[in-house]
Amino acid sequence: MSTETSSGTGPDRTKEMTIREAIRLALREELERDDDVFVMGEDVGAFGGVYEVTGDLVEQFGEERVRDTPISEAGFMGAAVGAAATGTRPVVEIMFSDFIGVCSEQIINQMAKNRYMFGGKTEMPVTVRTTEGGGSGAASQHSGTIHTWFAHFPGVMAVAPATPASAKGLLKSAIRSDDPVIVFENKQIYEQKGEVPLDDDFTIPIGTASVEREGEDVTVVATQRMVGESLELAEELAGQTSVEVIDLRSLYPMDTDTLVESVKKTGRLVIADESPLSYGTHAEVATRVMENAFYSLDAPIQRVGVADVHIPFSPALEEEVLPHGSDVEAAINRIV
Amino acid sequence: MVVLDIETEDGQREALRRMLTIRAFDTKAADLFSDGELPGFVHLYVGEEAVGVGACSALESDDYITSTHRGHGHCIAKGLDPDLMMAELFGKANGYCNGKGGSMHIADVDAGMLGANGIVGAGPPLATGAALTSHLKGEDTVALAFFGDGAVAQGQVHEAINLAATWDLPAVFLVENNQYGEATPVEKQHNVQNLSETAEAYNIPGFTVDGMDITAVYEAVKEARKRAADGEGPTFIEAETYRYHGHFEGDQQPYRTEEDVAIWKDRDAIESFKRRLVDAGTITGAEFDEMKAEIDQQIEDAVGKAKDAAYPDPSEAYEDMFNAAVPEISDFSSGMRADGGEDR
Ligand SMILES: Cc1ncc(C[n+]2csc(CCOP(=O)(O)OP(=O)(O)O)c2C)c(N)n1
Ligand SMILES: [Mg+2]
Repeated sequence: MSTETSSGTGPDRTKEMTIREAIRLALREELERDDDVFVMGEDVGAFGGVYEVTGDLVEQFGEERVRDTPISEAGFMGAAVGAAATGTRPVVEIMFSDFIGVCSEQIINQMAKNRYMFGGKTEMPVTVRTTEGGGSGAASQHSGTIHTWFAHFPGVMAVAPATPASAKGLLKSAIRSDDPVIVFENKQIYEQKGEVPLDDDFTIPIGTASVEREGEDVTVVATQRMVGESLELAEELAGQTSVEVIDLRSLYPMDTDTLVESVKKTGRLVIADESPLSYGTHAEVATRVMENAFYSLDAPIQRVGVADVHIPFSPALEEEVLPHGSDVEAAINRIV
Repeated sequence: MVVLDIETEDGQREALRRMLTIRAFDTKAADLFSDGELPGFVHLYVGEEAVGVGACSALESDDYITSTHRGHGHCIAKGLDPDLMMAELFGKANGYCNGKGGSMHIADVDAGMLGANGIVGAGPPLATGAALTSHLKGEDTVALAFFGDGAVAQGQVHEAINLAATWDLPAVFLVENNQYGEATPVEKQHNVQNLSETAEAYNIPGFTVDGMDITAVYEAVKEARKRAADGEGPTFIEAETYRYHGHFEGDQQPYRTEEDVAIWKDRDAIESFKRRLVDAGTITGAEFDEMKAEIDQQIEDAVGKAKDAAYPDPSEAYEDMFNAAVPEISDFSSGMRADGGEDR
């Protein structure tokens, strides 16, 4: 991937920016494009969001369309569902995904079920943005990676960007989608930079994975922070082991074809995701590969994730539980 | 330990000591945080000391409290040990949570402190639960929930109060209205003038008191505790107060000016309580200075001890999930992580 700023002209123009900036750009473009889009969450307005993602949007779009809410996740999540069913396109920020517990009723019994229960007679164009991930000493109630819950739950789409381009492209698709989509943003990589297409119709279809680096010996299917760490590792191992790195990026629906095609080529699979291991995202990827490429596998599938514990506070403990590129390397070494 | 009871002179000096301890502890925590010595987030109680200490002064020692993300003051008011709190802030093995919780999760259930809490509004239902235990077992303990003005907008806070009110449980709901939830002023979060007006909806008494006046807080909680213990159900108290620091350390505070803060600092709760005690002859100016120096030294020592203490062993990350052992966790830590499954 290019790290230089290549401005260029025309529809292929790109600009280097951080994931945070790419998300803000996506919000800005969609707020400009469609008057039905509005943003709502705690301190997303003048304060600009706790992770400074919404930034100055309120200055351009005003307090009606970039709405500060009281600390009432159940209330405003439910309001988003009601607003979406009646003709708007809310983009809700839940500051930390750990807080989704407070409003999960509105997600699981309303947002996810209404379209189906009503016989397809309502659309549900809600986008939920929320943060995940350990690594900042924020302890167990502010560090979780919970995307599996919602990737598992029927009726919700779930995406998790790893690069600035996918952060922009996936969020724009989510906002334009008539279905509910939750965007899981790993907070450790907000500052990560990359080239982002400036075309305001640039989107990434939900349900597509991306081969970020081609390789022959082993496939690493990674998400979020683990994509960058796996790419660095692949670079280090180049010449020794040829590693293919795939950014899963759409958890549900999942791009089974791209994963299967890769494993048919490499015969080996490592899955790296910061979720707890049991009943997880790893298991879903592994199962799909086994269902479709079992006879191409030359070695057992390896999982890299968090043991079934919460993210502890002390740096000594947090460092221990979080998966890193070194865990991916160990997994590769076990099977290559 | 001296009993915290501001109706006695010893208790008044103890109240002053705890307020000063909170201020020294949190002022130190601010410095440590800005020096990059503390991981995570810290939310400080400086300015709000009269609420925590006034309330705990009205409680019996085996009463329960629930706390918030801004919990250091509640801990000290309830009599927790600053050494073990500081160790927890540093993530050390000897901290209150053995390093697993940090600033936002300090707890000491044996001391009646049911935990600081990272989830806004999660404390009140826990207090309702502690009050339910007291009710079911016929005990005479009371549970008091500290929560913020912002938390009043949470659905689970409403549910907790309604339950306690409907079941006449021995609970006290104490809102610390420090005028902001993060960057949002209270009037942009609520449609009532005083948050205590919401008590009417539950048919329980509601009062707004001056949270910068320890006696006002004490008297309101004392009365509420009595009602609770007499089986008359919960009371809703709003204490008007102010946080001198940002919402979290590092908050640039674009939502207020230094003048706004100065207005409240002029009414500083420690300063006014000290003046009253000096005027009454309960403490001399020199004794106050001595007390303050002693506390400052105690906090310095706490920092020194916390820095010297050991971090938990990394293997402890895999302990404490359940009372029972589960193979998923032990297998992972004992070999699976490094070696993979058997078929590798
Ligand atoms: C359920 C939930 N939503 C949002 C947050 C983020 N948050 C942490 S503190 C805070 C403000 C709380 O305001 P208030 O209750 O008034 O307490 P204060 O910080 O003023 O003491 C917010 C929004 C959270 N921790 N939990
Ligand atoms: Mg507040």
